[in-house]
Amino acid sequence: MTAVNPKARRAGAAVSGLDVAKIRQDFPILGQTVHGKPLVYLDNAATSQKPQAVIDTLVRYYTTENANIHRGVHALSQMATEEYEGVRTKVRQLLNAAEDREIIFVRGTTEAINLVAQAYGRQNIGPEDEIVISAMEHHSNIVPWQMLCQERGARLRVAPCNDAGELLLDDYQRLLGPRTKLVSMVHVSNALGTINPAKQIVELAHRWGAPVLLDGAQAAPHMSIDVQALGCDFYAFSGHKLYGPTGIGILYGRAALLEAMPPYQGGGDMIRSVTYEKTLYNTLPYKFEAGTPHIAGVIGLGAAIDYVNAIGLDRIAAYEEELRQYGTKCLSTISGLRLVGTAKEKAGILSFVMEQAHPHDIGTILDAEGIAIRTGHHCAQPLMERLGVAATARASLSFYNTREEIDALVKGIDRVIEVFS
Amino acid sequence: MPLDGLYGRIIMDHYRHPRNRALVAAPDIHARELNPFCGDLAEVQMKLDAAGRVAHVGVQAEGCSIIQASASMMGEALAGKTPAELEALAARFRDWLQGRSPEGAADVPEGLQALQVVRQHPVRLKCVLLPWVALEEGVLAFLRRRAGEH
Ligand SMILES: Cc1ncc(COP(=O)(O)O)c(C=O)c1O
Repeated sequence: MTAVNPKARRAGAAVSGLDVAKIRQDFPILGQTVHGKPLVYLDNAATSQKPQAVIDTLVRYYTTENANIHRGVHALSQMATEEYEGVRTKVRQLLNAAEDREIIFVRGTTEAINLVAQAYGRQNIGPEDEIVISAMEHHSNIVPWQMLCQERGARLRVAPCNDAGELLLDDYQRLLGPRTKLVSMVHVSNALGTINPAKQIVELAHRWGAPVLLDGAQAAPHMSIDVQALGCDFYAFSGHKLYGPTGIGILYGRAALLEAMPPYQGGGDMIRSVTYEKTLYNTLPYKFEAGTPHIAGVIGLGAAIDYVNAIGLDRIAAYEEELRQYGTKCLSTISGLRLVGTAKEKAGILSFVMEQAHPHDIGTILDAEGIAIRTGHHCAQPLMERLGVAATARASLSFYNTREEIDALVKGIDRVIEVFS
Repeated sequence: MPLDGLYGRIIMDHYRHPRNRALVAAPDIHARELNPFCGDLAEVQMKLDAAGRVAHVGVQAEGCSIIQASASMMGEALAGKTPAELEALAARFRDWLQGRSPEGAADVPEGLQALQVVRQHPVRLKCVLLPWVALEEGVLAFLRRRAGEH
């Protein structure tokens, strides 16, 4: 089972009924033209666009509230601190974590994973130990573990997937054992859209006492997440893919684990007292937030969460699922086009290759039509190799996309075929 | 139109009918270059004649239309050149493609000039350049080998 229970999804589908025309007005960039054509933004997995509410919040913060936090007695500092900490509560609610102090502000998913690798990994993983990831990880969920393995003499094990891009659970189970000291898994694949059975993975890993990190970069923006129901030990996501600013992200960690971990970086804010002889570290979450954080980013992320909540993540998931099904249907009828990643449980990502043209050429021709997609290996080179493609073209959906935009994509692909026929 | 003729007649012709694609056996100069970011691949082999000039050329490319066309067009510009002349040509081509060449189009053989449209698509310049990087690597290795022999 996944974070979105299928029943809620189906119920949602019936009521999704988003007023997308109105929603689009909230995103000023969507009104732009590119190369003289209306922008069709289908690169949401790379980064999402920002609603006016987020942009306004950043302007308001810098215009009326800018101050450093946690260290001033003056009014502005108190105001900024309150807002900053208020967002921690919002994130806690978004993930249904038990406590605010389990929410650590970081730069993004990448930093969240590196934090766990450095602070948890170096303390708990030693020679002959094993870290288990999957065949569909983003490079940011491969390289930090490789670095850790190299340093600690541990081994990285990779759970295979089938040609559809689904995890093979039997093989997965066989990889786990007494040497497994950590499991890290992408919740939703950025290259294929596969929604992995996170809860099941967590249960399997916990049988061996291995904590589980879920890379939620592509999940958190598109479905409601409940870290307690999932049972995961760490959860990471990036604000910029959740309609918030760049440079801000979240690491959720179970308090007991975070408390036992050494700090990640040293500096201001993460200490309780400093002398040259001995420094006492601060409590959670500050122990992991050294230095002046991205205050504006945090506050902007708060506005993004408010925005998404006002629509409702279940409605967003239901609408994006409708759109994905429509897109899948449309693309499937194009001869010479093959969808890469056809898992049963999928989020709004349409990765494809064409007999007629290389992904670069597809991307350039679509760009000329005002359509933004991503082409390449999507920071998942080992996965591409497993699937036997060097690169794909990828359209990734958001709730502000429309059927008309899917139609524009199909027309753009027709143009690709025309150029290359 | 924003494609600016990127997929124009000459480029598409080279893409569809690549020249000099056959592998050259026992080459004097050869190199293989991979762009790990997109899986593009370019290979080049050359055999020199008794006077040390390129007699046979083989170029193979995998990837998008632009890299394939560029490889084919490059292959046509190499015959009869000495390794030093190949180096100089590659440097001139690079400068010209990136708009840095003093003489403008006069600096590169006419057969390559259709690639000028790619300047309008800066992200695709690396597709054009990959076969040339292979060429440069191959020549450099050849010159080093030869210097070692003396
Ligand atoms: C699945 C997945 N993990 C991790 C990342 C890295 O996120 P960031 O670059 O925001 O740190 C991404 C972003 O592309 C992603 O899609």
